[in-house]
Amino acid sequence: MPAAIHDSIHFSWTALRAYPARTLLMLIAMAIGVAAVIILTALGDGARRYIASEFSSLGTNLVLVFPGYSKTSGLGSLAMVNATPRDLTLNDAQALSRNSNIRRIAPMNIGSVNASFGGRSREVPVIGTSHEFLKLRHWQLAQGSFLPVTDLDRATPVCVIGSKIQNELFTAQSPLGQWLRLGERRFRVIGVLATEGRSIGIDVQDIIIIPVASAQQLFNTPSLFRILVEAKNRFAIKPVKQFIIEQLKQRHQGKRDVTVITQDAVLATFDRILSTLTYAVGGIAAISLAVAGILIMNVMLVAVSQRKTEIGLLKALGAPQTQIIHLILFEAMMLSALGAVLGLILGELGCYALRQFFPELPAYAPLWALLASMAVSLLAGLVFSLLPARQAARLDPVLALTGK
Amino acid sequence: MIELSNIHRDFKVGDQSVHALDNINLSIHPGEYISIMGPSGSGKSTLLNLIGLLDSASKGTYLLNQQDVTVLHEREKAAIRSQTIGFVFQAFHLIPRLTAAENIELPLILAGIAPEQRQPRVQKAISDTGLSDRADHTPDQLSGGQRQRVAIARATIMQPKILLADEPTGNLDQKSGQDVIAILEQLNQQGISLIIVTHDAHIGLRAKRQIQMLDGRIQSDSHLNSNPGTSPGTSPPRQDQANASSHT
Ligand SMILES: Nc1ncnc2c1ncn2[C@@H]1O[C@H](COP(=O)(O)OP(=O)(O)O)[C@@H](O)[C@H]1O
Ligand SMILES: [Mg+2]
Repeated sequence: MPAAIHDSIHFSWTALRAYPARTLLMLIAMAIGVAAVIILTALGDGARRYIASEFSSLGTNLVLVFPGYSKTSGLGSLAMVNATPRDLTLNDAQALSRNSNIRRIAPMNIGSVNASFGGRSREVPVIGTSHEFLKLRHWQLAQGSFLPVTDLDRATPVCVIGSKIQNELFTAQSPLGQWLRLGERRFRVIGVLATEGRSIGIDVQDIIIIPVASAQQLFNTPSLFRILVEAKNRFAIKPVKQFIIEQLKQRHQGKRDVTVITQDAVLATFDRILSTLTYAVGGIAAISLAVAGILIMNVMLVAVSQRKTEIGLLKALGAPQTQIIHLILFEAMMLSALGAVLGLILGELGCYALRQFFPELPAYAPLWALLASMAVSLLAGLVFSLLPARQAARLDPVLALTGK
Repeated sequence: MIELSNIHRDFKVGDQSVHALDNINLSIHPGEYISIMGPSGSGKSTLLNLIGLLDSASKGTYLLNQQDVTVLHEREKAAIRSQTIGFVFQAFHLIPRLTAAENIELPLILAGIAPEQRQPRVQKAISDTGLSDRADHTPDQLSGGQRQRVAIARATIMQPKILLADEPTGNLDQKSGQDVIAILEQLNQQGISLIIVTHDAHIGLRAKRQIQMLDGRIQSDSHLNSNPGTSPGTSPPRQDQANASSHT
């Protein structure tokens, strides 16, 4: 049997080489189809992974608490306008900390303040939070220390700055121990963040972090932007969510007026949406493979009529119909396999180019897309050459030999 | 070995029917050397194709080695073509993209014979036909005579009992034609049954048995004439004509 396969390969290969124009045309059609599937699914899956990693970079096992709640998402904005939600407060955050399923809690306020040091000043995003924020977000310090461990309502005048702030406001000198002016208040710099990159729209290098109580004074508000809660582990996420809802309902006179989102739920939703998108895009690209299959059929039909005398000869030499069918199918399969491999190379090159142009996007085609595009192209090659193969097998050898 | 009785072969062309073969009765023994002659359109090729199982009769019976082949399936006929019949065509019908050696090897490949068994047979066939220095040439690099020698080597590589040649010298000059006929006759001397269809009386008359065809019928059969007792119904009017043409 291996000998027979080797012979079939040799025979088909010489046939393919004998008609370079048509072979090339077919290879290109098949290759473009496969490359399209690979590149488009790589884009889709890359987007999915990008968002997943962005969300994961928030932290692990996170539960986010927002002020305001709407039962129906469609009327959400209206409900919120009418019901003026009760604010989340520091006391709410403190009330949540007493649960064994919760590992860390970081209340969060956010705003924009004019920061100045020496002669330089500019508008900077400011986050008010607690000492647990650093670990909860998996951030690192480059120098100094993070916010001190104090009661949440202590407004200590200290701050931790991003590396960009350090470079711009302090230039060459060490910022540690310096007094930075934020709005009308002064804060002593106690640490510099090492973490780089963006995290859900925030440039980590370009922020200043102060104690949450200080931020409330600075922004002149008693409320919180949100509360970040880290559950003990994956299994604790659900009970923690339940606990938060119950606890805050109690504290807010039995009214449910907060929205609690778990990180895994958000991740799952994005994952679902983008996976669906990837499948859809891959499916659409696969249509080009089917088109390539129809091309194969036409080309093989032409090939059969071009090679009538050859088929007549094979019959005269004792090849039964099934053998003729096998030879034609083999030739078509070889053609689509070559096209598929070419497309694989083309597609991977395309993905590589994408990654060069968009370094943030992990544009790698998922394995299923690679396998599926290979399988679909081989299948298309097989299915669409059945008709030409049968036609060849049924040729009358005498007529075929005279080329009729 | 070959027994054709009351063979008819009709072709439908539009609503007309062409009788390419009209009541053919023919018996051929192993090792015979037969030429089939006759004007164009008299049914020579149709008869040869029928004997070679490339075509089948509309009516009549064909026994090949005592086996009724008219009832065989396509696959069984293909197996017989592969094992016991060799074809040589006027147009050579070599596959242009394969070398001489590969063309000769083709029947072995189709029959599923292992490569290590194929090579010695191909080598022998190549040297037997005097093509040793042309083995790796493609057909377009060969002369007509060389091409037909490749075709003969291909037709005999499976060691068939019957060799059917339809105008094997039709596309060749005199000299190459003679070479090809010499090779075919040598094969016949080694025991193969040789049937040559030809226009060329010089060639036709070399055969030990000569068959003349006209309008789908066997006009004369020298074998029957020299043994009149075997088939009293057949008249021999064409015999003289055939002899006469040998002098031209
Ligand atoms: N496939 C066919 N369809 C219709 N008519 C055919 C076909 N093959 C042969 N014929 C007719 O049968 C007759 C015999 O043809 P053929 O055997 O080729 O003659 P020869 O070989 O003696 O020249 C001719 O009249 C030819 O036109
Ligand atoms: Mg003829």
